[in-house]
Amino acid sequence: MTDTGLAAIAYGLGAIGPGIGIGYLVGQSVQAMARQPEAAGMVRTTMFLGIAFTEALALIGFVVFFLAQA
Amino acid sequence: MILALEFPPLTHIVQWPAFLFEGTPFAINKVVLVYFFGVILTMALFLLGNQKKLVPTGMQNLAESSVNFVEDGIVMQTMGPDGLRYTPFIMSIFFFVFFTNIFEIVPVIQMPASARIALPMLLALTVWFVFVIVGIIKQGPFGYFKNALFPPGVPKPLYLMVAPIEFVSTFLVRPFSLMVRLFANLLAGHILLVTFTVLTAGLWVADWTAIFFPLPLFGVIFFVAFEILVSVLQAYVFALLTGVYIDSSLHAAH
Repeated sequence: MTDTGLAAIAYGLGAIGPGIGIGYLVGQSVQAMARQPEAAGMVRTTMFLGIAFTEALALIGFVVFFLAQA
Repeated sequence: MILALEFPPLTHIVQWPAFLFEGTPFAINKVVLVYFFGVILTMALFLLGNQKKLVPTGMQNLAESSVNFVEDGIVMQTMGPDGLRYTPFIMSIFFFVFFTNIFEIVPVIQMPASARIALPMLLALTVWFVFVIVGIIKQGPFGYFKNALFPPGVPKPLYLMVAPIEFVSTFLVRPFSLMVRLFANLLAGHILLVTFTVLTAGLWVADWTAIFFPLPLFGVIFFVAFEILVSVLQAYVFALLTGVYIDSSLHAAH
């Protein structure tokens, strides 16, 4: 297999965890907002923070994809 | 239907030839031009928002509501009333990142400045210096590093493990993830847009009816809308994290 193919598989594997994580995180946030609409603003800010931290893993995978390709 | 689409290599879609002062350190290419636009637009927002008319009109309205958004949505949410003096800094970060991002969908330019690592790195380093210096001023040099590396409430022997982890996560991972998040999001967006545009253009040349099959043309339209969202969201996340990091320097963990 070429380096590009391996890099693509590596990125695909790297995206699984953050995918599950963000899905769970946003689902829970929506539930929290639905249960307590007056706290929606605070929940939304924290949700974006959580997404930013979780997403970082997938993005590092994205960078590794280009590094592995070269 | 087999199409020999020529997809440009990655270097061709992010590296631009210089067109002014070529060969000197001050060479100007498209990316540098986007920096200039970003600076000019951000300064224009500050100047227009500073007119101090009692009844705001036009641009002043826009500038005032954006200050309001940054104050209520970012500063108050992350730092509380203590952080209000950092509003201009957070505001410049937010709008500079936003303006340099949004050029990825502006026709003719279509290049996000953050798709090159230089700008995210500079911004992340700026934020890093600001939160370290704020921490040193607010808590004293000794107190700041003590609070950052030795969080209270941990059993004494565990500090052997906790201190290195805290050091890496506070002083190394923070600027790195800040940089990579902005860079990778914008680079990925740019590649997506180029992919679908090249595909549409190739299909148009080969067999123009093919672009109306769902994928390419609607892909371009959808991803342009999506990239507007990403530009705003990344600017928001960058400013939000800047606020969180400055907050961790303002208020020691306890």
